[in-house]
Amino acid sequence: MTQDEVFEKVKTILTESLGADDDAVTPQARLVGDLNAESIDFLDIMFRLEREFGLPKIDRNELFPESIFQGDPKFVQNGLVTADGLAELRTKMPYADIEGFAKNPQFDKIGDLFTVDLITRFVHSKLKK
Amino acid sequence: MRWIWIDRFTAFEPGRSATATKCLSHAEDHFAEHFPGFPVMPACLIIEGLAQTGGILVGEANQFREKVVLAKIPAAKFHREVPAGETLTYTATVVDLRDEGAVVRGTATCGGNPVCEVDIFFAHLDRNRAQQTFGDHNFVFTGEMQHLLGMARLAAAKTTPQLPPAPPADQT
Repeated sequence: MTQDEVFEKVKTILTESLGADDDAVTPQARLVGDLNAESIDFLDIMFRLEREFGLPKIDRNELFPESIFQGDPKFVQNGLVTADGLAELRTKMPYADIEGFAKNPQFDKIGDLFTVDLITRFVHSKLKK
Repeated sequence: MRWIWIDRFTAFEPGRSATATKCLSHAEDHFAEHFPGFPVMPACLIIEGLAQTGGILVGEANQFREKVVLAKIPAAKFHREVPAGETLTYTATVVDLRDEGAVVRGTATCGGNPVCEVDIFFAHLDRNRAQQTFGDHNFVFTGEMQHLLGMARLAAAKTTPQLPPAPPADQT
């Protein structure tokens, strides 16, 4: 399955799960910022990805790591993600656009890393394995 | 306040499906307001009945160790209204069952006619956070819900509740 084909299927999953308009689900769309996803939606999306693509069980922290920065001042200082934090992100979220985020690494914008493209690339890599 | 919106389980296949019935009595308070002169079952209460049918099905799958909460209704479709006096049949079928939660497909029918189709997403409350807030006590499956659970077990065993024997006739 090509990445474009994966994207089309991901798009259908997100329109059904989030009730989002077809046009709004672009590769750059942010799940929370643009498509109004809430925390429970992330679980719903994971379940649907497994069912629709026939993937083996996805670990919640593999796709949506929640606790990378909890309570660790090494990774966040003065509201900004540090170089160590960015390195951690590159390791834990290899499908995210970390370089784009690194230009202005505000901690409160970290949710913007969860885009439609991230999900597409994650699924595509899983299917190739 | 009572918050039980099913009357009886009629079938129960653990981990797979459950069927329950709900008799709609004119005496139920909500019919006075919904709507005056045109008493029909509110759609949200049909969903609640399906969620209770499905929630018990999901809870039973883990021997009621998890706190099963209704998290999301991704889709719901209604085909017709159901007036007071009718009986609704709720069927819940497990689509997905995992450690984090479950997805159930619910259908409501009346006299064999489709009334509602709904997808219901249940979450298992995070064990750590839930225990900090609520303690070990499982607040979901308690009180009157326990009675329903007993009926579900009877349905699973394919037995029907028996009336107590009639008292002996007066010897006058």
